[in-house]
Amino acid sequence: MEQSSLLLFLRRMFRRKLVLVAFVVLCAIMLMALLAPWIAPHEPTTIRVVRRLKPPSELNWLGTDEFGRDILSRIVYGARASLGIGLAVVLVSMTVGTLFGLMAGYFRSLDGIIMRVVDALMALPDILLAIFLVAVLGASAFNVVLALSIVYTPRVIRVVRASTLVIRELPFVEAARALGVSTRRILSVHILLNVASPVLVQATFIFAYAVLAEAGLSFLGAGVPPELPTWGTMIASGQQYADQAFWVVLFPGLAIVLAALSLQVVGDGLRDMLDPKLRKAL
Amino acid sequence: MSASPLLVVEGLTKHFGRTPHLVRAVEDVGFHVAPGEVLGLVGESGSGKSTIGRLVLRLIDPTSGTIRFAGEDISKRPERQLKALRRNAQMVFQDPYASLNPRLRVRDIIGEALDAHRLAGGARRTERIGELLETVGLPATHMTRFPHEFSGGQRQRIGIARALAVEPKLIIADEPVSALDVSVQAQVLNLMQDLRQRFGLTMLFISHDLDVVELMCDRIAVLYLGRIMEIGSTDDVVSRPRHPYTRALLAASPKADPDAPKIRRMLTGDIPSPMAPPSGCVFRTRCPMATEECARSIPQLRSAGEDHQFACHYDMAHGERPAAA
Amino acid sequence: MNMDTPSLLSIQDLEVRFRTEDGEVTPVRGVTLSVSPGETVALVGESGSGKSVTSLATMGLLPRPAGRVSGGKILFRQRSGQTVDLATLPLPDLRRLRGAEIAMVFQEPMTSLNPVLTVGEQIAESVRLHMGLGHASALKRAAEMLDLVEIPNARRRVHEYPHQMSGGMRQRVMIALAMSCNPSLLIADEPTTALDVTIQAQILVLIQRLQREIGMGVLFITHNLGVVAEIADRVTVMYAGQVVETGSVGELFRTPRHPYTSALLNCLPARARRGEDGRRVVQSIPGSIGKVGNGCAFAPRCGQATDSCQAGSVLLETEMDRSVRCLRWREILA
Repeated sequence: MEQSSLLLFLRRMFRRKLVLVAFVVLCAIMLMALLAPWIAPHEPTTIRVVRRLKPPSELNWLGTDEFGRDILSRIVYGARASLGIGLAVVLVSMTVGTLFGLMAGYFRSLDGIIMRVVDALMALPDILLAIFLVAVLGASAFNVVLALSIVYTPRVIRVVRASTLVIRELPFVEAARALGVSTRRILSVHILLNVASPVLVQATFIFAYAVLAEAGLSFLGAGVPPELPTWGTMIASGQQYADQAFWVVLFPGLAIVLAALSLQVVGDGLRDMLDPKLRKAL
Repeated sequence: MSASPLLVVEGLTKHFGRTPHLVRAVEDVGFHVAPGEVLGLVGESGSGKSTIGRLVLRLIDPTSGTIRFAGEDISKRPERQLKALRRNAQMVFQDPYASLNPRLRVRDIIGEALDAHRLAGGARRTERIGELLETVGLPATHMTRFPHEFSGGQRQRIGIARALAVEPKLIIADEPVSALDVSVQAQVLNLMQDLRQRFGLTMLFISHDLDVVELMCDRIAVLYLGRIMEIGSTDDVVSRPRHPYTRALLAASPKADPDAPKIRRMLTGDIPSPMAPPSGCVFRTRCPMATEECARSIPQLRSAGEDHQFACHYDMAHGERPAAA
Repeated sequence: MNMDTPSLLSIQDLEVRFRTEDGEVTPVRGVTLSVSPGETVALVGESGSGKSVTSLATMGLLPRPAGRVSGGKILFRQRSGQTVDLATLPLPDLRRLRGAEIAMVFQEPMTSLNPVLTVGEQIAESVRLHMGLGHASALKRAAEMLDLVEIPNARRRVHEYPHQMSGGMRQRVMIALAMSCNPSLLIADEPTTALDVTIQAQILVLIQRLQREIGMGVLFITHNLGVVAEIADRVTVMYAGQVVETGSVGELFRTPRHPYTSALLNCLPARARRGEDGRRVVQSIPGSIGKVGNGCAFAPRCGQATDSCQAGSVLLETEMDRSVRCLRWREILA
C-alpha cells in the first residue's frame, strides 16, 4: 500500500475511539512481552517464601504468589508465553486453513471431503476437543499450539472457502482462465489476494480465542507445564489461595481479559473497515 | 463466406444441475463464423447467449455437441491441450468492475496475458503493455495504476487491452457495453469497430440490445430459451424478420424517436423458466400464432433465403398461416 | 411550463448536499422541473447526473444525516388544493403523503418488497393504512389491484410471496402497491431497467394505461432514451447535477438546443452514420463527467465551447415551454 492509502486506511480504522484505545492497549501488551527482561521489576521465578501471598505494595505492585514470586513480573513474562502461543496458533491455523480453504472452494471434488472433516471438528466444543488432543499428545507448549491449531483451523477453512466460492465465479477469474493462466497462479494471486482481508479479520479473532483457550487449558491442568509462567498457569496454581489472596488470580485474569478484549475490538474495527470496501472493490 | 469458417458450432447443448433442477441453458445450437466476421447473439434472460460464449471458450464444458475452432474440434479437449485456444480466442466481459482484479495493477493485469504465453519479457514486456494501452486509447503511463482509479469506460478499455495482448483471432464480447452510459458506450463501440478493422478480428458479439447488435454485427442469431429462433445477415433479420419472436423483439425495443410508432403489439406473459421449457416450440406459450402442432413438435431451422434461417412451423411470408385457433 | 394547468409538482432550483469522508459534495445544484396532472415527465441523465438524487430528495428519502436539501423548493400540490414544500415538510407529514398522494416504483422490486409477507398482505397493509379499510375488504381490494395491473389469476396470486414471482410480475406488484391509494403523482425511478425488453414493453404500456385511467402525473427517471421517447410528454435532461434542457419530447428529440442533448442523442447506436469508408459509426462524447468547475459543466467535453463558457455560471434560460442552460445555443443552432 502506498503512503497515502495507508494513512487513509488508518484514519478510517481509528475513526472509532474504542478501536484506537484497544489498539494502543494491544501494542502495549505486545511491547511488554517483547521487553519483558527490561520491564519486569523482579525475576519471575525467584522464590522468597518469607514474602508469600503478600498484598500489593510498593515492593511488589501487584502482590506476590504462594511462593513469594512477584506477580507483576510473572504477568509480564507470562505475556510472552500466552501471546506467543496465541500467535503461533494464528500462524499455523491461517497457513493450513487458507491452503485447505482455497482447495475446498476452488476444486469442487475436494470440497466434500474437506468440509466433512471441518464439520466434524466444528461439531465438538472447542475446549473439549483441545483437552482431548492435549491429553492424547501430552502436555507441552508445542502440543498446546498443535491442539489449538487443530481446533481453530476449521474456522479459517470455512471463511476462506466461502470467499473463494464467491471470487472464483467473478469475471476476472474467468478472464485469467481464458488467458490460460495456470491454476496455481489463479489461486495464489487472484483468489488469495482477495481473501486476504476476511482472513486477516479472522486472524485477530483466533488470536483472542487462542489466548483465552490457552488460559482455559492451563487452568484445567491440560495446558503447558506449571513451571512456565503463562496467565493461565498463574490462575490455575493460584486458585486455591484466591479466598485469602485475591490478587493471585485477579491480576492474571485481568491481563487475559484485557488482551482478549482488545484483540476482539481491533478485529471488529478491522472488519467494519474492510467489509464495505471489499464489497465495493469486488 | 468464401473462406472456411473460423468457428463452427454444431448441436451444442449445455445442461446445468440434475433433475429435478435441470436447467436447459443451451439446446442444440449450431452456427458458424467466418474469419473477420462479427456474429451477434441476441436474446433476453434465459436465452443462453452468455453460456454459448463460455462454452466456445471452454470455460465451461458442453453437455454435448461439437465446437470446431480453426478446423479442430476443441469441445472435449482437456484443459492441458487448450493452449492454442487460449492464445487465439479471448473474451471481453460485461462488468467493467468485476472483470479486473481490484488488487492488481494494470501492468500486472495485462502482463499476465503476456506471461501466460511467454510473449514478452523484461523491457519488451513493459513496452508491449504500453503499446496495448495506447491501442485502446489510454496513456501508457497509466499502467502503474489500480483498476479503481479508472472510470467504467476506461476499465472496459483495459479489459479489451488484456484480450488483445495475446493477439487473438476470435473475441467473444459478452455484453461489452451494457453496463456503460450511452456516451461512454459509443466510445467503446467505436473502439471495437476500429480494432476489428485494424486486427481483422472475428467476433461473437453477445448483447440484449438490438440497436447495438445491428450496428456491430454482420450476422445475427436470435436466441430464446437456449435455442436459435432465427439466424441470418443483419439486414435480413432486422428488416425481414421471419420468426414471430424476432418480430416481437424488434417491436418491443423502444426507439429513441418520438415519431416512431409506439409499442402496440407486444408479447404477453413471462419468459418461461429454462428449468421447465415448454414442449415443442419453446416460444409457443407467448406466440400469438401458436397451434397444437407447435406443442407437439420442435420446429427445425428452415431456409428463408441465402444465409437466412428461422425455426417456425409457419412461414408467414409465404402465407403459411395456422388455421385460426 | 404550462400556465393554465398549475403544476402538481414543481421543483425550483433544487440543491442537495452530501457529507462524505472527503468533505461536502453537491450532487444536485440547480434542478428546476415541473409535472402537471396527467403528464409524464422523463428525467434523463447518465450516471453522475444527479437524477436519482433528485428523485430521492423529492420523496424525502435522502440518506440521513449525510444528505440534505440545502437550497430550493420542492412544491407539491395536495388534493386539498394546498401546496406544501416537500423539502421542509416534517417527516410524519411527508410519510402521510407518500403512499397516499405520492407513490413510488423503484428499479429493483425484490428489495422493495418484504420477502416474508405475501404480496396480498403487503398491498392490503398499505390500503388499510391509507384508506382505513378493514382486513377482509383490504385483501379484496388487493386482489382487485393485482387484477388492475394485469397479473393473471390475481385471486390466487395474492397469497404468493415475492420470491415466487418473476421480475416482471414483482414490478407489477410494486405498481399495484403504488396504485392502491390512487396517487396523484407517481415517481418511477428506472422501473424497467432490470427487466427484459419484452417485459419492459409490457410495464411501459401498463404505466401509460394506468396514468390515463387515474389521471396522475408521472415523473419517470431513466437513462434510456428509447424509453423516454416511448413514454414521455416532456423531457428534462440533467448533466452533472444541473438541468441543462427541458422541452416537449418531440421538440427535444427533433431540435435539441443544448449541445449535450444533441451529443447524447447522436451517441445512440440507432443514429449511427456511415463514415467515408462505408462503416457505420456512432458519434461519442469524449471524456467523462469530471470535476465541475466554474462555468458550464459540459464545456470540457463540448465541441462548441469557447472561453466564455468556462468563465462563469450559466443560467437556465426559459422561453415558452422550453428551457436550456447554454450561452451559445442560438449561435450553435443557427
